[in-house]
Amino acid sequence: MVKKYAGRLYLAIIFLFLYLPILVLIALSFNNSKSRVTWGGFTFQWYAALFQNETIMEAFLMTVQITLTASVLATIIGTLAAIGIQAMRRRGKTILIGATNIPLLNADIVTGISMMLLFVRFTKLGFSTVLIAHLTFDIPYVILNVLPRLNATSKAAYEAALDLGATPAYAFYKIVWPDIAPGVFSGFLMAVTMSLDDFSITYFTKGAGVNTLSTMLYTELRKGIRPEMYALSTILFGIALLLLLLMNFRSSRKHEINN
Amino acid sequence: MLKLKRQFLCGPYIVWIIGFIILPVLMIFYYGITDSSGSFTFSNISAITEPIHMKALLLSLKLALICTVFCLLLSYPLAMILNGLHLKRQSFVVFIFVLPMWMNFMLRILAWQLLLSNNGIFNAVLESFGLPKISLLNTPSAVVFGMVYDFLPFMILPIYNAMGRIGTDVIDAARDLGANRIQVFFRIILPLTVSGVLSGIIMVFVPALTSFVISNLLGGGKVLLIGNVIEQEFMQNMNWNMGSGLSIVLMIFVIASMAFMNSHNKDGEGAAVW
Repeated sequence: MVKKYAGRLYLAIIFLFLYLPILVLIALSFNNSKSRVTWGGFTFQWYAALFQNETIMEAFLMTVQITLTASVLATIIGTLAAIGIQAMRRRGKTILIGATNIPLLNADIVTGISMMLLFVRFTKLGFSTVLIAHLTFDIPYVILNVLPRLNATSKAAYEAALDLGATPAYAFYKIVWPDIAPGVFSGFLMAVTMSLDDFSITYFTKGAGVNTLSTMLYTELRKGIRPEMYALSTILFGIALLLLLLMNFRSSRKHEINN
Repeated sequence: MLKLKRQFLCGPYIVWIIGFIILPVLMIFYYGITDSSGSFTFSNISAITEPIHMKALLLSLKLALICTVFCLLLSYPLAMILNGLHLKRQSFVVFIFVLPMWMNFMLRILAWQLLLSNNGIFNAVLESFGLPKISLLNTPSAVVFGMVYDFLPFMILPIYNAMGRIGTDVIDAARDLGANRIQVFFRIILPLTVSGVLSGIIMVFVPALTSFVISNLLGGGKVLLIGNVIEQEFMQNMNWNMGSGLSIVLMIFVIASMAFMNSHNKDGEGAAVW
């Protein structure tokens, strides 16, 4: 009994550690004072001001554009690649999975710098270079999420469908897709999360005039953080929390119905 | 015929790997072993032996090691407790640890800056208990603190996943055969989670060794890590050759630590974190 409560207490402490800065940021977004250390009462003014602030809105739209484009493309390329990798023989598989791990395991700063060195030689840094960089570190997350699902699908069912006259595309859609869809989806979510949160790689591959929220924050550190940023991140966090809770709720209900 | 066709789906990705993973790394090597006029030199790589660079590298190694040890000590019991909850949906645990990433990383670190500052909440709590203030901010300890905060999920998730894969029957069998709790832990649970621990170590040690933002924000410019040195060479001194040379050294350390871990990882489950 004591052990159980000690465990719960430990869990609570770690969660506090993980979520304390988030609580602070949420509190700051309602703080009616430009100072970060004093509480000046409750206000919604930063939320109103947020939508008037062009710099933040521009960086936000850029972040959304890069994140969504990169994640969608990464999901397509990554899912196709996973299907191809699975069909490969052992050696090709090992080589490709090894290469897939490079951007995951290599240092962000090295990945960012190496891409910058390549890009400046052939083109100008800008939106497309940031997009390519994001795709490069997003694709591995998709592959690593889809591949285990693919390995678990039944090959016999797919072949049976082909024998019964289904075209490969139809058989894929009817047999394989339902099995791998959750993996594709969690790969996509992982890619979105990583793109949204990235700083280092964007920092090195962006050109003048292209700013995501992270790089904008970094260049404005000395001037101090605009309180509107707290409001924006609170909104983003709220949306993510809501979406993920909804998904969890929906899939647990589906689970019950199936049982 | 069909098999051949399916492999072609890799095509775009293989092009991508060559163009945007392998080629960029070759570019670093090219810049690292040439000087600004393009002639061959080793001076960019041997520059690591200059005292200021050496000091930064050693400090980075030290802080990354401390950070990894802390993460491991915090994560292993946590993974055991989480595993003991027998959640139906393991993805919920992933969700809890990934969710903070939706709040901007830099803002989260800045929030710690606020919490740890001399008149921040941390010290206010200490003061209310009549304890002396501690000034953590702008010290290497603050940097380690920020790193542990940022990288902890990368240690917890692989260990938790590895633990979830141990069948309860295996543990029941051990208990039936007379093993006590301690024996079960050392002879069943620990060996079966080694691969998770190893990928956790890699996922924490490498980013900690190479980070430059956390040390900038929580070290207040006083804590110079090898990542900061490289960033300065590129963004301020515009000495790309020197920056690349130092990056090569950093890469050697990254590869060495991965090789070391891989040689100790027998099941080869590697870095499959999610």
